[in-house]
Amino acid sequence: MLCLEGLVKQYKTGDRALKGIDLDVPDGQVMALIGPSGAGKSTLIRCVNRLVEPTKGSVRLNGQELTKLGQGELRMARQRMGMIFQEYALVERLTVMENVLSGRLGYTGFWRSYFRKFHQTDIDEAFRLLERVGLDHMVDKRADELSGGQRQRVGICRALIQDPELLLVDEPTASLDPKTSRQIMRLICELCEERKLSAIINIHDVLLAQMFAQRIVGLQLGEIVYDGPPGGLTPDVLTQIYGEEDWESTIEAVEEEDGDEVIDEEPEAAGGDQQAPDLGRDRMAGMT
Amino acid sequence: MTAATSIGPSAPRRWKKPPLISNALVRWCLWVGAGIYLAIALGTTEVNWGRVLEGVPRGAKFIGGFFPPNFITNLDEILSGLYESIWMTVTSTVVGVALSIPIGLGAAKNLAPAPIYYACRGILAITRSFQEVIIAIFMVKLFGFGPFAGFITLVIATVGFYGKLLAEDIEDMDPVQAEAVKATGGSWFQWINYAVQPQVMPRMIGLGLYRLDINFRESAVVGIVGAGGIGVVLNNAFDQYDYETAAAVLLLIIGIVMVVEYTSGYVRKQVQ
Repeated sequence: MLCLEGLVKQYKTGDRALKGIDLDVPDGQVMALIGPSGAGKSTLIRCVNRLVEPTKGSVRLNGQELTKLGQGELRMARQRMGMIFQEYALVERLTVMENVLSGRLGYTGFWRSYFRKFHQTDIDEAFRLLERVGLDHMVDKRADELSGGQRQRVGICRALIQDPELLLVDEPTASLDPKTSRQIMRLICELCEERKLSAIINIHDVLLAQMFAQRIVGLQLGEIVYDGPPGGLTPDVLTQIYGEEDWESTIEAVEEEDGDEVIDEEPEAAGGDQQAPDLGRDRMAGMT
Repeated sequence: MTAATSIGPSAPRRWKKPPLISNALVRWCLWVGAGIYLAIALGTTEVNWGRVLEGVPRGAKFIGGFFPPNFITNLDEILSGLYESIWMTVTSTVVGVALSIPIGLGAAKNLAPAPIYYACRGILAITRSFQEVIIAIFMVKLFGFGPFAGFITLVIATVGFYGKLLAEDIEDMDPVQAEAVKATGGSWFQWINYAVQPQVMPRMIGLGLYRLDINFRESAVVGIVGAGGIGVVLNNAFDQYDYETAAAVLLLIIGIVMVVEYTSGYVRKQVQ
């Protein structure tokens, strides 16, 4: 369980990106964080693993206070939090396998990691995860040879191989096409379900947030303005989060989503749980 | 007037690229100033055309003296000079690059804390402030004639060149990739190895080969002030008006530089 209390972040420029956030994320909950650009979504999740240092307030992960940790302890704590990034953030000149195994760096000694001699259990787990996301046939490809959706799946594997207690997900679909976006979101949610992980997902796309998250938190100018179920996002609430706009069509579209989905997925959807690997291979077949 | 709303045949709105210097007075003063300076500079340069004309046949004779290049008479000297130069080049590049890595890491603003950053930038500024020949003269005074002085000179020059470019390349890296590896909880050295090194490595290999090429050419120059290598042979040949040998040395230098050039081009293509 993640607890934020009175979390404040003030940048050197004087901008107050977060103005006292109180938020609890129970175990196993997938929470979507929505809000306009500049609302502080990225800052919020980066304050959790301290890629951004919070100015004030407390962050507790399963009872451990994270804001006061020294460098060594912080590294240990970061191992327990997997992060998935907007532009995938794979190290482009490393192979798929190296990128995935880099998630084990915190558990591996320097020389072992330098010579890429990871523990066999880590390598087994990497293959298992890559198989799960349908990329086990591409382990030695360089990350920059992959398509966007494939890269993001590698990013997911890198986060999960850390064996985290919490996933921090920053705009996972921002640079993906609508279909791949859904596949990635579904994959993240399925994996969270399988592993009983809680997740905070920053996302621009209100539709996707409503489709996949169990809970929605709306952030505006560093303050929480909505916290509730996906169904509670009425035009009024969206106006409160994003400002005046015609929201009716957005909400209607969501209500139609469930029907759409099967058509959207084409034949692969028939595979049920197996769909992710199948999709991966089909995409590859199309590419090469 | 309804001009704002009508799309009638009113005068088309003109557009011109905004000038680099927006103040017209400053802009014109700069042009006029530059023109006056150029006129004065040209007007006060004395060219003795007579001497230029005399120089042309002398130059032709000089070049004629290079033919045919003579590799044979002083072969032993040439070979030992070349051997010294190649030794100097390879050792100074390896040692220089090895020393540059910690200094370059320290001189990258996004890696190093302020005191280390300024210290390393200071080292780079000092090593870069003197031309190789000046350092070589100093080193010859310190260590005496011979290739060791040349070796030290080229190490210093390599650190200045390679360290600065390494630091700048690290500063230009993609911060998101670096952030992602940091988020996995790896140590600082693991972070350097997994996030920074892959991003800068291809360029660094290319620059290392480029520096190898520069160091070979510089090894000829520092030889002229006594720091060993092929430059000493070249200088002696000129001093003794032995232009055939000098021509042979020059051809060898050109040949080796070309070989290094093509090899480094090939290697750079492979590592991209």
